[in-house]
Amino acid sequence: MSRVRVLVGTRKGAFVLTSDGKRATWDVSGPHFPGWEIFHVKGSPADPNRIYASQTSSWFGQVIQRSNDGGQTWETVGNQFVYDGVTGTHQWYDGTPHPWEFARVWHLEPSQHDPDTVYAGVEDAALFRSTDGGQSWQELPGLRGHGSGPHWQPGAGGMCLHTIILDPDNAERIFIAISAAGAFRSDNAGKTWLPINRGLKSENIPDPTAEVGHCVHRIAMHLSRPNVLFMQKHWDVMRSDNAGESWQEVSGNLPTDFGFPIDVHAHEPETIYVVPIKSDSEHYPPEGKLRVYRSRTGGYEWEALTNGLPQRDCYVNVLRDAMAVDTLDACGVYFGTTGGQVYASADAGDSWAPIVRDLPPVLSVEVQTLQ
Amino acid sequence: MKASREPGTEDRGPETRDHEPETADQEPGTAVVRVALPTHLRRLARVEREVEVEVRGPLTQRSVLDALEARYPTLCGTIRDQVTQKRRPFVRFFACEEDLSHAPPDEPLPDAVATGVEPFLIIGAMAGG
Repeated sequence: MSRVRVLVGTRKGAFVLTSDGKRATWDVSGPHFPGWEIFHVKGSPADPNRIYASQTSSWFGQVIQRSNDGGQTWETVGNQFVYDGVTGTHQWYDGTPHPWEFARVWHLEPSQHDPDTVYAGVEDAALFRSTDGGQSWQELPGLRGHGSGPHWQPGAGGMCLHTIILDPDNAERIFIAISAAGAFRSDNAGKTWLPINRGLKSENIPDPTAEVGHCVHRIAMHLSRPNVLFMQKHWDVMRSDNAGESWQEVSGNLPTDFGFPIDVHAHEPETIYVVPIKSDSEHYPPEGKLRVYRSRTGGYEWEALTNGLPQRDCYVNVLRDAMAVDTLDACGVYFGTTGGQVYASADAGDSWAPIVRDLPPVLSVEVQTLQ
Repeated sequence: MKASREPGTEDRGPETRDHEPETADQEPGTAVVRVALPTHLRRLARVEREVEVEVRGPLTQRSVLDALEARYPTLCGTIRDQVTQKRRPFVRFFACEEDLSHAPPDEPLPDAVATGVEPFLIIGAMAGG
């Protein structure tokens, strides 16, 4: 029988939540790495027992953990992230040049084919790759070396590379997103990069339609349609049908189009999920009602999913890496909140229940569907 | 900056050491240094108590940290930057009731550290509300 393993990163450790295919009762393991910020935990599609975790601390820096037994035991691997060549500068908050400084790993993206190959998106924004199971890391410097690099600027959370999408049909193609530089695509396995922000409009930057500078919060893709991308921007929900060459807004009837995560149903490529947040100055749900919105039409038309979610006095946030789906039938949808709840839906969002209610603030949620 | 109880220094563990001093076999010109780690780094290094490292040559912050990282490679990068070798900003070094954090890394450590009478303390700086 199928099983589900939910990997949760929080401000104070990692948690592993497991259930059978019914997804009704859950075992909770953790905290792993107690007291550390766990920005992201993700398993290898090629070997579900291989899991990588980004463990970080303002005091003690970056650690990468690796498990070879599905998260039961862990070992530290390499944590040296050194920018390639001349470090260069990006814009600081005051507009002055600021040298690139490594702060932490925001996102780990294991290869779909090789458990020893994994990509790391870091702050200050850069993309690293390991081909030896995380023991050593090499930057793909063409991204940071893109001519626009000196003009990139951090968002309030730092200048982070938070989204890495590997094209399942084209090993040469990688999509990434940076706050607040925007989205980029490589068609040669990371050697060179193209900004893919045409169609984005951001009123909070000097040139709203600039080639770079947009605060992209998250991009999602369905594996069956790698040319179709969905984006939650700072404001605006967007889609692209041509691998990012151009974007159109699909916010439609959302109560607010500010938010962080976006994800796609495992079996319905036009069904997508977002969690609208009131505004960038009030990081909580509108009207104190926690609502996931689902579109079955690839955007434009959205329905509120509320069954089992708090509909009064709820003022949590859902961060960009804190939503995921499983591949069971019916598709399971999961998200974690800054209030420490992890909610699960075993029916594609029609109804929800908390797996856990009182974790530390949730930074990331990933799901593994196991046979 | 003061020493902290958060994060990870709230429990320095029992006063016993991971290993008894090895003075009988100690080579000339070496010192066995007691090093106290904050909780987070003890867990990372998978030690439960104060650790001891053997340091050859001049006894300085740098030589102690070199020996510590050689014995516990998982600590590389957690106390000082792996490239610049600079102390991480929220890490402090204490010994003999003195804050040595701002001392040059090649300055000799106190004799009491060299003789094992006093530990070299690695501390997470105070933060929080």
